[in-house]
Amino acid sequence: MTVDRTSTAIDASELTKKFGDFTAVDRITFDVAIGEVFGFLGANGAGKTTAIRMLVGLLEPTSGEGHVAGFDIIRQRKEIRKNIGYMSQRFSLYADMTIRENIRLYGTIYGMSDQAIAEGTNRLLATLDLTERADDLVGTLPLGWKQKLAFLVAMLHSPKIVFLDEPTGGVDPVTRRQFWEMIYAAAKTTTIFVTTHYMDEAEYCDRISIMVDGRIAAMGTPAELKSEFNATSVDEVFVKLARPEGAPA
Amino acid sequence: MSEIVVVHDVSKSFGRVRALSDISLDVQDGELFGIVGPDGAGKTTLFRILVTLLLPESGTATVLGLDVVKDYREIRRRVGYMPGTFSLYPDLSVAENIQFFASVFGTTLEKGYDLIAPVYKQIEPFKDRRSAALSGGMKQKLALCCALVHRPDILFLDEPTTGVDAVSRREFWDQLGRLKASGLTILVSTPYMDEAVRCDRVALMQVGKLLAVDSPATISQQYDRPLIAISGAKRYEMLLALREYPHARSVYPFGDALHYTDARADIEPNAIVAELDRYLRDRGFSDVSAEPIQAGIEDSFMALMGGKAEAA
Repeated sequence: MTVDRTSTAIDASELTKKFGDFTAVDRITFDVAIGEVFGFLGANGAGKTTAIRMLVGLLEPTSGEGHVAGFDIIRQRKEIRKNIGYMSQRFSLYADMTIRENIRLYGTIYGMSDQAIAEGTNRLLATLDLTERADDLVGTLPLGWKQKLAFLVAMLHSPKIVFLDEPTGGVDPVTRRQFWEMIYAAAKTTTIFVTTHYMDEAEYCDRISIMVDGRIAAMGTPAELKSEFNATSVDEVFVKLARPEGAPA
Repeated sequence: MSEIVVVHDVSKSFGRVRALSDISLDVQDGELFGIVGPDGAGKTTLFRILVTLLLPESGTATVLGLDVVKDYREIRRRVGYMPGTFSLYPDLSVAENIQFFASVFGTTLEKGYDLIAPVYKQIEPFKDRRSAALSGGMKQKLALCCALVHRPDILFLDEPTTGVDAVSRREFWDQLGRLKASGLTILVSTPYMDEAVRCDRVALMQVGKLLAVDSPATISQQYDRPLIAISGAKRYEMLLALREYPHARSVYPFGDALHYTDARADIEPNAIVAELDRYLRDRGFSDVSAEPIQAGIEDSFMALMGGKAEAA
């Protein structure tokens, strides 16, 4: 299969990772179009985190290949890291530093100029309406605000793709929705690759894939999957795939 | 029915942070009672006060008729507590962890076996494995066994399903249903609104305050205005368009639909549906489908929050 990389943000072909005898990711093949909001779903232990670590260049695949932002995930890891943003499920900013210091630190790590950091900082603070609190410690912010801040910090260097690993866990329902509106707004210029345990959020994605035991068991738009599995919600699709009848818990 | 837990005007602060503000609630014998709220709601602080690991700053609380301050020794013997973070001994095996917790309470794995059996059987094949080497789901089952092995009169589970996938969460709640059927009183906290319907009654909490205490059905019924679900293509554009509708009070994405409430108090749901249908078609949206629906717990929670996220 040839993949047109001018319109593809991520492609993976037969991507595999083994740890000893255990195959964590088993020949997964998929691609994500530029500008897409792609939901990467699966049960705990299905292999999502291992797959993401390979895509962002933190883990070398056992076999298979892939490209992210046009770069090879095995040979061009440095270029990939420069062109992506990453926000982990565990809050990824420094609680003992101020909001402004955190933004500056990340901007510096990504090699942005002083002027670009200053402009980015002002824009980010204005978006969140946090200008007056710029010199407060990040640790004093409620979780939902930390997560919104972490998202915009991950977007500070205008990455082509941003990876969000369970960005809304434990966040209140109103903030959770504000977060998704930020994702939609960002998707105009950036490809979004997101994992979540909230099945209602899966419905907000353009396309989703569902991993089961290291394989991609289903992939498509939420509407396509619901129709394929004769289900009324993505939650139901997920249950049917993760626990086929008679399988032990 | 009798009251197993009574919380009266309990408050607790940590420095300038008010973790709990005048919380009052009660839990009845045999209830499966949920404390539902996001991070920072005060769920863990309330649990720690009830299991006597923290002192309330003001107010009183009793568990099994015993005072959480004066009678802490007796309470500790009789409650089972599963904290939110994994707190078993990583270097002990599965069986050793359970035996350790049993011996601390002066009992044995065998004496508690029938109660923990439905859970324990799922991890028994790995009983000689060090607990550090277990998967997340198995660790959770082991922690539940350790909290149950001394046959507590009441079980406190602090966020047992946080970070757990949707299917495993469902199975965990099935498990709780079986424990409840055996007569055990269970208090469980969760940030997942959809889990509220699995409880007999719930307390909805946000930043240290109680928003409501009632059965999930009653809370949903008390939703004070018509709620319209709207679906169709181009959902995000439709959301922005609906927000501009002059009578819109709130518009939120909810799974594959949008939930809309109107600012006018005295309008019929079907009239709103007809208006919105026309409005959206005029704006070029096709295949629009709108219908009045019953509010869920998450709708109620958001309405009780005043539709505002927590201030920074």
